[in-house]
Amino acid sequence: MRPSAPPPDQSLGALGWLRANLFSSVGNTLLTFVGVALFLIVVPPVVEWAVLEATVAGTTKQACDGGGACWVFIKVHLPQFIYGFYPEAERWRVNLAFAILVGLVALLFIRPMPKKGWIAAFTAVVFPFIAYLLFFGGIFGLPVVPTSEWGGLFLTLIIAGVAIAASLPLGILLALGRRSEMPVVQAVCTVFIEFWRGVPLITVLFMASVMLPLFLPGGVTFDKLLRAMVGWALFAGAYTAEVVRGGLAGVPPGQYEAAKALGLGYWRRMRLIILPQALRIAIPGIVNSFLAIFKDTTLVLIIGLFDLLGIIQAIATDPEWLGYAVEGYVFAAAVFWAFCYAMSKYSMRVERQLNRHKQGV
Amino acid sequence: MTRVNDSNADSGDVRSAVRFEDVNKWFGDFQVLRDINLDVAPGERIVVCGPSGSGKSTLIRCVNRLEPHQTGRIVVNDVELTEDVRQIERVRREVGMVFQTFNLFPHLTVLENCTLAPIWVRKVPKAEAQALAMEYLERVQIPEKAEAFPGQLSGGQQQRVAIARALAMQPRIMLFDEPTSALDPEMIKEVLDVMVELARSGMTMLVVTHEMGFAKEVADRVVFMDEGEIVEEAPPRKFFGEPETVRARQFLSQILAH
Repeated sequence: MRPSAPPPDQSLGALGWLRANLFSSVGNTLLTFVGVALFLIVVPPVVEWAVLEATVAGTTKQACDGGGACWVFIKVHLPQFIYGFYPEAERWRVNLAFAILVGLVALLFIRPMPKKGWIAAFTAVVFPFIAYLLFFGGIFGLPVVPTSEWGGLFLTLIIAGVAIAASLPLGILLALGRRSEMPVVQAVCTVFIEFWRGVPLITVLFMASVMLPLFLPGGVTFDKLLRAMVGWALFAGAYTAEVVRGGLAGVPPGQYEAAKALGLGYWRRMRLIILPQALRIAIPGIVNSFLAIFKDTTLVLIIGLFDLLGIIQAIATDPEWLGYAVEGYVFAAAVFWAFCYAMSKYSMRVERQLNRHKQGV
Repeated sequence: MTRVNDSNADSGDVRSAVRFEDVNKWFGDFQVLRDINLDVAPGERIVVCGPSGSGKSTLIRCVNRLEPHQTGRIVVNDVELTEDVRQIERVRREVGMVFQTFNLFPHLTVLENCTLAPIWVRKVPKAEAQALAMEYLERVQIPEKAEAFPGQLSGGQQQRVAIARALAMQPRIMLFDEPTSALDPEMIKEVLDVMVELARSGMTMLVVTHEMGFAKEVADRVVFMDEGEIVEEAPPRKFFGEPETVRARQFLSQILAH
């Protein structure tokens, strides 16, 4: 066989790269200059404010005499940002629960881990109870910490975690139901999805915190946080359902037929053949909806729960620290961004792993 | 009627492997099957042919109820196909199917494709299912690809794996729905060879195909369909030699012309 010729040389050194990528036409040359100008206008002042002239040392407002950001504000209030009004002496319980979670997740990351399924099931089913008992207390001599004292990043993570964890299974069931051949199941799921998708999240939260107690018989009370989380999970489930339904539609009909022809029953067809392929298709959409759920936790502020952003806002209005709201918001943005970016990165990793079968030998 | 059709009963107990009695089927207003009567004996090899749109694929897809029929009776291994899901799944356990587009499960390896149904439907222990699957992969001459994913195989290889996957369920009847129509010409032979070997082993087969050479070589009977009807049924020598109907003669002249 004739040896194949090398591909034509595309790059002619740095100059070639510049010409090809930055100055290939008049329009692109213009864009390059505009881009550089914008960079020069925006970046130096930001760096100056956030780093060069910022104050980090000290513990009081008076320490912030530089012209830049006052990170002291963040430093001093960090425990509140993280734990909210959770009593200081009990904060180890929150730490312990998160440490357990991190440990479990780390175990799941080890690829040749035996009994991975059991660890995953433990994380999904048993761990939430452990975490709840630790957070709430009232058992094993742990003093009760009512949910009204939960707050900050801790609360953000709980609400987002519960909503995300509940929305996926709920979404899968709803999506399967909406594609069901049984008219009643299909109608119920469709109505459910369309109802929750049609209602603004703020309305759901108001309903959960204000309206629901009116409908309950006297004496029956549910915790406000619990009510909000249930509403949230249903709302998120409806959105996830539509993303999963898109994935289901992306699985070729031949796959359904081949699974049927082998004698697999409905649930096995779905679990073994259809869902593994459908979820793979739906991952970008599912992650999108998870990120939205995570960021929307900030809305709980309006029903009087103080998530990370809520608590920052509350503290920024403290007369002693007036004028440092910007630092607080920047900090909140950075934290949210870090979590979302981590989720996004993780999803890319999962996608790569799941798509191994598409690459060549 | 007593249950002589236990999954362990050998095919000798069953009078006919597949029986169609006055079967009619519509897609909306369009009638795809008209008064179908067909009796397939155990071990018989039937080739179904006819112009496209004649209902031949629909006919064999009714055998494992991928398509429901509206009137008449279809009895497979003495189990009648009705709405009853349990009966349907019972029939499907005994009926293997090979599709035009292979329909292998892309997220599973070749071996997993072949062991999935035996493990979950037949409850065969995993090691045993793997040994059995390897046996069938050897039979279709592709054991070296057991750990590959379907996407890494050629069309002909995929179709042979699909045959092995169906055989791994140890079915009593095999359905082939245009198994070579989606293949490049140079791959058709490797699939047909496997099918010929299978036919020689005494498997009951219903094959929808345009491969008339295959029909001549292995079919006990050729069923010619047109416009939803069975127009002619005859042994291949008679069907190809002296077809009785005008429609069959026309079809044959078209198909043999190129």
